[in-house]
Amino acid sequence: MPILKAENVSFSYDKKINAVENFSFSVEKGEYVAVLGRNGSGKSTLAKLFNALLIPDKGKITVGEFSSDDKKSLFEIRKRVGVVFQNPDNQLIASIVEDDIAFGPENVGVPRKEIGERIEFALKAVGMEEFRRSSPERLSGGQKQRIAIAGVLALTPEILILDESTAMLDPAGRKEVLKVVEKLNEEQGVTVIAITHYMEEALFADRVIVLDGGKLAKEGRPEEIFSDRENAVKLGLELPFAARIADELIKRGVKIKSGILTKEELAEELCGSK
Amino acid sequence: MRIEVKDLRFSYGGTKKRKTEKYALDGVSLTIEEGEFFGIIGQTGSGKSTFVQHLNGLIPLKEGMGEIKVGNYDLSDKRVNLKELRSKVGMVFQYPEYQLFAETVEEDVAFGVKNFFPEKSAEEIKDVVKTAIELVGLDYPALKDKSPFELSGGQKRRVAIAGVIASRPEVLVLDEPAAGLDPQGKKDFLELLERLHKDFVRTVVIVSHDMDLVAEYCDGAAVFKDGKIIKRGTTEEVFADRECIFKSGLDLPVVEYLKEKLAEKGEKIACGTKISEFLDAVTQRWGGKT
Repeated sequence: MPILKAENVSFSYDKKINAVENFSFSVEKGEYVAVLGRNGSGKSTLAKLFNALLIPDKGKITVGEFSSDDKKSLFEIRKRVGVVFQNPDNQLIASIVEDDIAFGPENVGVPRKEIGERIEFALKAVGMEEFRRSSPERLSGGQKQRIAIAGVLALTPEILILDESTAMLDPAGRKEVLKVVEKLNEEQGVTVIAITHYMEEALFADRVIVLDGGKLAKEGRPEEIFSDRENAVKLGLELPFAARIADELIKRGVKIKSGILTKEELAEELCGSK
Repeated sequence: MRIEVKDLRFSYGGTKKRKTEKYALDGVSLTIEEGEFFGIIGQTGSGKSTFVQHLNGLIPLKEGMGEIKVGNYDLSDKRVNLKELRSKVGMVFQYPEYQLFAETVEEDVAFGVKNFFPEKSAEEIKDVVKTAIELVGLDYPALKDKSPFELSGGQKRRVAIAGVIASRPEVLVLDEPAAGLDPQGKKDFLELLERLHKDFVRTVVIVSHDMDLVAEYCDGAAVFKDGKIIKRGTTEEVFADRECIFKSGLDLPVVEYLKEKLAEKGEKIACGTKISEFLDAVTQRWGGKT
């Protein structure tokens, strides 16, 4: 049974244009799904629909046994689907890291003793144990984003949604956050839905979906998405940087295999072909 | 206008900083020549944004905290005409679209010009605004009366830039100019910057976390770390200093990564940091053998 299911979901902010239109999709437990698409294609709206911050105008979202149709279920959905947004500075509220992480569990009435355990678990999961009593403002961008993720993990969600959570980070911060997310997915089995403009980040997803004009335009494994290169560009995507270089080299008559996506593959191929 | 900064220090705690407090800028010296497309890189909190905000006096230079000269403007001179300087050094912050505020695109773009040049007639201002909007690649008649909030993200960012270049700055400083744009938006936007640099603004300074962008578009770059500059040179020289790049929490641009991997296998490729240079070098080397 899928952990999250969207059935014919439509949503409009202004009752004129649908930000998301007739969208159907399901995610299995433990999957890592990347969501791509140009600005305004409906990606962030989708994230908010998935965790019941927005309610579909038509169709429904089901998370486990809870459906967005039922008002009483909304709270349960929100507990199960955690979202980490783009700007870490807008998500941290307390003056000490552990208070910040306790905020969510306290709000949903988790007993005091258990909150302590959850803080410990969440900080460990993102590798930030030693910062428990630090002030969030003293942390780097990557560290802040890891605390934001810990805050979501403390609510023991089944699905973690990252809405461009690495967009404002420096290279080290980006790597650090991606590593934590990968580990959570692989070791803890957390289901991940990652919205991103970085094509490189989509490459290690199990599955990629592409939105265009609020509709599901394409779905498949990363290699499949980028294999039809013309269509990918039409959908507002860009080939990963290394893929563009590889394609250009082939065009110029350099004999390397086609379909290269990562810089590691390209380096290997070039070294091997000489 | 040449930018010349010597031994600049700054602390957010003011001049009476406590002993434990670190300087956000701790003795920064940097010269950016007129005409350069210059990149400033470094980890979050390394002082990049604090530094560029000094360049138009947004953060005032305190006495005894170094020297800043931008063209003929000496920022340590109390009589320096800051308003005039700010019209010549345009500053575009992160997510500039959030700074749009007027009811129409035209009014928004006109705001700065009106402030800097109150002597200009309404007719003149209209002209300047029209030119600026067209320069950033937007359709003036179609957009001028629209609310900036009805535009797409990429368009909004263009309107914000138009508002800055309408004053005809000689230096354009942009903090993370491409963050948050989708791939097409980013590409269009960088092409715009390149065009502006070629025909309109002499010097462009960008602050960015995107190493590929810096490698592709910038001539020179400086690496900030803990409020100091630990490397300054052409982009080629900067990225060649691997130790400095990794020590500063940065990453290699893809082209440099490929060069390094090839070098490990004994294939030394002599070329710059730009994609076109890499493609040429590899084609020459590999193409002949196929």
